[in-house]
Amino acid sequence: MLKPFAICFLILLPIFLRAQSVTVKGKITDAKKRPLAGVNIAIKGSYDGTTSAKDGSFSFTTSATGERIITASLTGFQTLEIKAELGALQDFNLVLKETVNELKMVTISAGSFEASDEKKNTMLKPLDIVTTAGANGDIVSALKTLPGAQQVGEKEGLFVRGGTGTETQTFIDGMLVRNPFSTGMPDFAARGRFSPFLFKGTTFSSGGYSSLYGQGLSSALILESTDLPERSSYSLGVMTIGGSVGVDKLSNDKKKAYGFEVDYANLSPYFKLVKQKQEPVVAPQSLNFSTNYRLKTSKTGMLKLFVTGSWNKFGFLGESLEYPGEKEEFRVENKYIYTNVSWKESLGNGWRIQLGSSFSTNRDKIYMDTINKSPQPSRVNARQDFSQFRAVLSKNLGKFSMLRVGSEFQYADERSALNNMHADYVDSYSATFAEADIYFTPRFVGRFGTRFEYTSVLKAANIAPRASLAYKLDAKSQVAFAYGEFYQKPEQQYLRFFRDLNYQRATHYIASYQRVTEFFTFRGEVFYKEYHDLLKTVPSFNNNGTGYAKGAELFWRDRKSIKNVDYWVSYSYLDTKRDYLNYPYEVQPDFAANHTASLVYKHYIPSVQLNIGATYTFATGRPYYNPNRPRSEFMQDRTRTLNTLGLNVNYLTTIGKGFTVFVLSITNVLGNDQEYGFRYSSDGLRRNMVGPMAPRFFFVGMFMSFGIDRRQETIDRQ
Amino acid sequence: MKRILFSLMAVAGTIFTVQAQSDQYKSAMKQQVALLDSNSTFTVGGMQQLANTFERIAEAEKTQWLPYYYAAYCRVNEAFMTENKSKTDEIIDKSVLNIEKAQALKGPDSEISCILSLIASARIGVDPMTRGMKYGPESAELLETAQKQNPENPRVFVLKGQSAMYTPEAFGGSKTRAKEMFDIALKKFATFKPESDIAPNWGEGYVKELIKQVQ
Repeated sequence: MLKPFAICFLILLPIFLRAQSVTVKGKITDAKKRPLAGVNIAIKGSYDGTTSAKDGSFSFTTSATGERIITASLTGFQTLEIKAELGALQDFNLVLKETVNELKMVTISAGSFEASDEKKNTMLKPLDIVTTAGANGDIVSALKTLPGAQQVGEKEGLFVRGGTGTETQTFIDGMLVRNPFSTGMPDFAARGRFSPFLFKGTTFSSGGYSSLYGQGLSSALILESTDLPERSSYSLGVMTIGGSVGVDKLSNDKKKAYGFEVDYANLSPYFKLVKQKQEPVVAPQSLNFSTNYRLKTSKTGMLKLFVTGSWNKFGFLGESLEYPGEKEEFRVENKYIYTNVSWKESLGNGWRIQLGSSFSTNRDKIYMDTINKSPQPSRVNARQDFSQFRAVLSKNLGKFSMLRVGSEFQYADERSALNNMHADYVDSYSATFAEADIYFTPRFVGRFGTRFEYTSVLKAANIAPRASLAYKLDAKSQVAFAYGEFYQKPEQQYLRFFRDLNYQRATHYIASYQRVTEFFTFRGEVFYKEYHDLLKTVPSFNNNGTGYAKGAELFWRDRKSIKNVDYWVSYSYLDTKRDYLNYPYEVQPDFAANHTASLVYKHYIPSVQLNIGATYTFATGRPYYNPNRPRSEFMQDRTRTLNTLGLNVNYLTTIGKGFTVFVLSITNVLGNDQEYGFRYSSDGLRRNMVGPMAPRFFFVGMFMSFGIDRRQETIDRQ
Repeated sequence: MKRILFSLMAVAGTIFTVQAQSDQYKSAMKQQVALLDSNSTFTVGGMQQLANTFERIAEAEKTQWLPYYYAAYCRVNEAFMTENKSKTDEIIDKSVLNIEKAQALKGPDSEISCILSLIASARIGVDPMTRGMKYGPESAELLETAQKQNPENPRVFVLKGQSAMYTPEAFGGSKTRAKEMFDIALKKFATFKPESDIAPNWGEGYVKELIKQVQ
């Protein structure tokens, strides 16, 4: 039996409920007791709540009563939920913990410079590599402006921390690349074969790199190919030395893409205008093509196929050093194909798999002759076929830690013939590796790995342990340490003739400090490297070579102090000696300078859409061999100090519907003497300076790209 | 009989409660939406506060798309105005969470596409040199989608004009085009009828400010 009053009460219940009100107030801070403003404080399931003031205080009234959940959330912090009995006036002191994101986490950093768009906290962006003046779009030339790399102009490759160019290996999607540089002439560095535009990430490790990679005593250049493009596009390039066309087509469902690019260059018209040190006898021509197919096989799966090929030839006639007054001819024709297939997929439960396979074939035909002198010209026919398979499994351990295990197999078929003299061999190489990144805390990480390798040509195995530690001192700075053992087979040119050898070995120790803020980056690194079992060729082939390298490096990048200017400075001090090949004892090798510095400057002028870039590099003189000195003074001479200034100007505009860039670039603008070293005749009476073909190289080009985007059409239809 | 009466009363009570809640929703929303176009709230702090309020309403209601939509809109504005660029991405991520919830409730919608376009533009601001190539066209594409979904939506043209105004000329920006877009937007505003008094209708005051800058 209900009284009318009760009925009335029922009807009005919601109103009564609304009428009661409680004041909720308090203060909110972070773990370090600093007040937090802008925190969204709410009673879960109701509208009631407020935003905290500058001093972290908050206060609001609510009609909610009883046990309720109060939430506090702020960008960059973990949302806090507390249960509270709402009744009497209450004071809450809330503390929010910062969320751990990529920016706040420590990363393995010793020895490595990474350029990536996807990852934060990197020192460089892929665009930085393309826009470095003087590099002309060559990855290795751009990386030479970073600490640790030497300014070696007469041989290809990255000479890192007292290592030769062959001690740096190139990897694409985890797989080692054989012949990453086009075939050049002795004493003239050749360009890298791969355009920087093919990669979304580039990591240059100047030492202490991961167990996932091997066979580089000094350094690794790790390249990651691009995924699906954002949209379809066409490109067209017109240069003083040639042209290029490209297509990158993305399917409508954005699940697959294919692309190709062709470029052709012919330097003979250029050589008619700009005199070279030697006379070109075969017009330098090159034809490059690349094609790729990328397919998203599932939400987390990606299949990539990449094929690139190139053909180039050139020939020069120069003064003979051995026979004064006579001419010496050098001609080369090179064909190269590289293919790479890779597949990535997530297997669930934090497991991921990455499979890859690659194949490359390189053929060189070289012709050398001292006209009118040697009994017969020398003809070299060389061919390298290189195949490999690689599988890597990774597993997330807890929130941030990760385990990686994998295996790879490489098969190399190396053939070369000098006239009728053949020197061929095959090599099967296999490696197994395991590595764990263990986050003890989000601020303290250790990477522990080991790598086991076996190679049939040496019939030898090795085990290489590696470890890295990094500790974040505060939000911006961290210290890092690395140690590792690195093994490398002797170079192919020696293995061809003598195989009773062993691995060469280097031990790295690195300590580094870095501070990265929004606009400024500072890094300082010291290292010590010990070489063991280096290859000796005199008095006989053996592994008795030794050496060491130690030094200190600095890197500073500033994107703010000068308006529209981004610059970086790097400095490397290197103290290294080695006894290898035909050296009589440990000396500073001819590819090592004690002091190297670079300044890379990029200036954008928005009013005229002009990008101006300049790169200045400096290196103290390097040793060279002078046969006229006694054995006790081996490698005692030094070349002149190297100074060079490269310049480029980019003008951005639109022509029709194409985004267009005009490029002008000049290497060694000031025409400084580039003295890389000297070659002596066998009697020691004459010598030639080793230096570039011409003091400067000029390049003018126009690059257009057309994205298929219907913005304009839609507007025109209105 | 009394039992029936009681039941009726009880039902009336429930209805009353539901009605009261719905009224509470409408009046709370109306109050907050009114603050959107005001100059005093168009600051980092103001937008943050509004976004917080809309998020509270959204999380209490859970089935209404509008509070999520407005929360996303205010968050992305907060992201645009935040001076500490290292925080921008996290704020944008919050906006994304909200707009995704709005989309899940509402389905494809021109207004939602507009916010998605704004989000892409906000991403550029963190690092224009490296992000412009990716997010610039993405933002433009989303506006095309928004226009297809509702050609009469004036906000599409506000955003198109804004994009033309702030994009460097080398990358396809133009002041004249911006003005054309703003003029279209104003025409569309004159005839645009929002679905309700709390449905999206922001931008008219803003476009009048912008138009002065491209004259």
